[in-house]
Amino acid sequence: MIELESVSKRFGATIALYETDLCIDAGRTTVLIGPSGCGKSTILRLIIGLLEPTTGTIRIEGQRVSESSVLALRRRIGYVIQEGGLFAHLTAAQNVLLMAKHLNQPARQMQTRLRELCELTHFPENALTRYPVELSGGQRQRVSLMRALMLQPNVLLLDEPLGALDPMVRARLQDELKEIFQRLQQTIVLVTHDMAEAGFFANVIVLLNEGRVVQSGTLDDLRSRPASTFVRDFLHAQRGLAAI
Amino acid sequence: MKSAAILFAIFASCSVAQPQQIVVGSKRFTESYVLGEIAKTALQNAGFTVEHKQGMGGTIILWQALRGGEIALYPEYTGTITEEILKTKHPLSTDRMRALLRQEGIGMTGELGFNNTYALVMRRDRAAKLGISKISDLRNHPELNIGVTHEFLDRQDGWVPLTTRYGLQMHNVRGIDHALGYAALATGSIDLKDAYSTDAKIAENDLIVLDDDLHFFPQYKAVFLYRLDMESRAVATMEKLVGTLDEARMRRLNSEAERTKNYALAAALYFGQKPISPSNDLFGKIGRWTLRHLELVGASLFLGIIVGIPLGIRASRPGQVSNFILATSGVVQTIPSLALLALLVPLPFFGISPVTAIFALFLYSLLPIVRNTATGLQDIPTAVRESAAALGLEPHAQLWKVFLPLASRTILAGVKTSAIIDVGTATLAALIGVGGLGEPIISGLNLNDYSTILQGAIPAALLALLVQFFFDGLDRIFVPKGLRLKE
Repeated sequence: MIELESVSKRFGATIALYETDLCIDAGRTTVLIGPSGCGKSTILRLIIGLLEPTTGTIRIEGQRVSESSVLALRRRIGYVIQEGGLFAHLTAAQNVLLMAKHLNQPARQMQTRLRELCELTHFPENALTRYPVELSGGQRQRVSLMRALMLQPNVLLLDEPLGALDPMVRARLQDELKEIFQRLQQTIVLVTHDMAEAGFFANVIVLLNEGRVVQSGTLDDLRSRPASTFVRDFLHAQRGLAAI
Repeated sequence: MKSAAILFAIFASCSVAQPQQIVVGSKRFTESYVLGEIAKTALQNAGFTVEHKQGMGGTIILWQALRGGEIALYPEYTGTITEEILKTKHPLSTDRMRALLRQEGIGMTGELGFNNTYALVMRRDRAAKLGISKISDLRNHPELNIGVTHEFLDRQDGWVPLTTRYGLQMHNVRGIDHALGYAALATGSIDLKDAYSTDAKIAENDLIVLDDDLHFFPQYKAVFLYRLDMESRAVATMEKLVGTLDEARMRRLNSEAERTKNYALAAALYFGQKPISPSNDLFGKIGRWTLRHLELVGASLFLGIIVGIPLGIRASRPGQVSNFILATSGVVQTIPSLALLALLVPLPFFGISPVTAIFALFLYSLLPIVRNTATGLQDIPTAVRESAAALGLEPHAQLWKVFLPLASRTILAGVKTSAIIDVGTATLAALIGVGGLGEPIISGLNLNDYSTILQGAIPAALLALLVQFFFDGLDRIFVPKGLRLKE
């Protein structure tokens, strides 16, 4: 469980996130959604400690995110970003294993885990020796996901993980990702700006606008009981929702 | 019995005080080289161990080296002592000069004999055509191209006061290296230059000395300046040289030195002895120069890397400190190398030694390494930066395992630039007598001898190419394969 208590974030004169209380349930998939600049990525970066909150506290499974706890916490959190953030000087396998090696995990255990992850993410084992420039966009995101899952984290954060992919690949990866989420049964927080994607993945949707949480609930809640005209407009603006 | 003799020999060798090595310095022109060699031979004949640091630089560098104790003595001229060292406008008596020098801890021998004053020289045919025979004749020819040495241009007894005294208004005056000036005179690109009255080139190039009809030039009697803490027996040895060298003899020695390119030989002529046969093994010499050159470049580059990369890492973070680091290493780069050497020589710890050259080269190697390290790190995309942090790597592990490898190509390019700059700049180390491939270049320039210049210039150029190839090879070792692949 992840709790945000009176958390706000300000960059100079700009307020990225107004004081927010938010509780993200364990073992479920929560999707943060909203237009660009609404503060959804900021929340994710606050949780993993890439940003420090201006006010308030964040707790992950009861432990407060602070300078002294952040390293240990990060090792229990997987983080996947839009462009993958892969290290160009390392092969796919080296990217995945970097942290485990740094922690001196036994080689056998690492290899077993690597094979499990290839199977889970449908990544071809013979491509493990390739460097990021030699991989396709979809493969890179799979490697990024494997890297995030390597240490068997309790929490998985994904910031627009499919945002940079072309529609065909994206659709296939959405299916696979959902299957993975179901197998993992983890606390998952996914950021997207695509309502269809949010509806597809989410147990809970948190809709943000201009640094504030506007409404949270299931897709049905949002659709049938919009808290404001913004919620209705935002849902309306996303075409093809009826199909879901 | 035998072992007793050996023991005795050991004790004997221990008890005899090892005479300290005496270091002789000389300035960057033939006559100074020859006088230096004469001092060396005289002292050697008196049983001293002597080293001669040839052609260390100009007056300031030699004077500072003498005061700093890097050298024990060097040949100087009374005119230079008055004007440049003691900085007085009026001629001083010998006693007064001695007294003033004594305050600096420096002694002066008696005059060796000849007066090597400044002179203005022209090609004989050109002077005849224009009807010039004395300096005041120049008033009628303001259009002449004048090329004088930089030192003469700036001296208190040099070009500017000379033109004032004679009322000259020459339109085209520029500074040119002494040896190059003779070549320029021969080709006609300049009409007139400064020279020394004992200069061997005057006879060789069929030049005439313009008559100093207003007696502007002061006396330049050759003497040796020495440290007062030099052994008195060594001082006595030097005093024996007093009055033994007149102009004609000095000119002959100079001419011999320039003809044979062998200063030791010229000095031997003075003593009427056969010179110790100098090594004529060209490849051996080039090998030694190259080795020394590589030592200088290697040591300075090594320092540049171990200091430059940490500074670059610090400078990659935003803030005042970074601006300061980048600005400072940038400013260092703009100091002319000659000026930097001259600034370092008088400082304690430096002086005339390889340490000074290595330190100067190190300063020059800093900027490319610092800047490339900083840029290489700053160019890492935020996504990659944050991914490394989000994995839970400690800051130093982020740096070593992710950021430095990703920046390795840019950093290596910086090191390569520094190495190539160092190979070129290290030739200037010869100016302070440290050796390297600059040695033949500088002596070749002073002797106006192209083949000697090329003995240094060609290996230096090849060395630069080699360094280039070497670093291209290092690319394969230090830059991870994933960065060398094309997208």
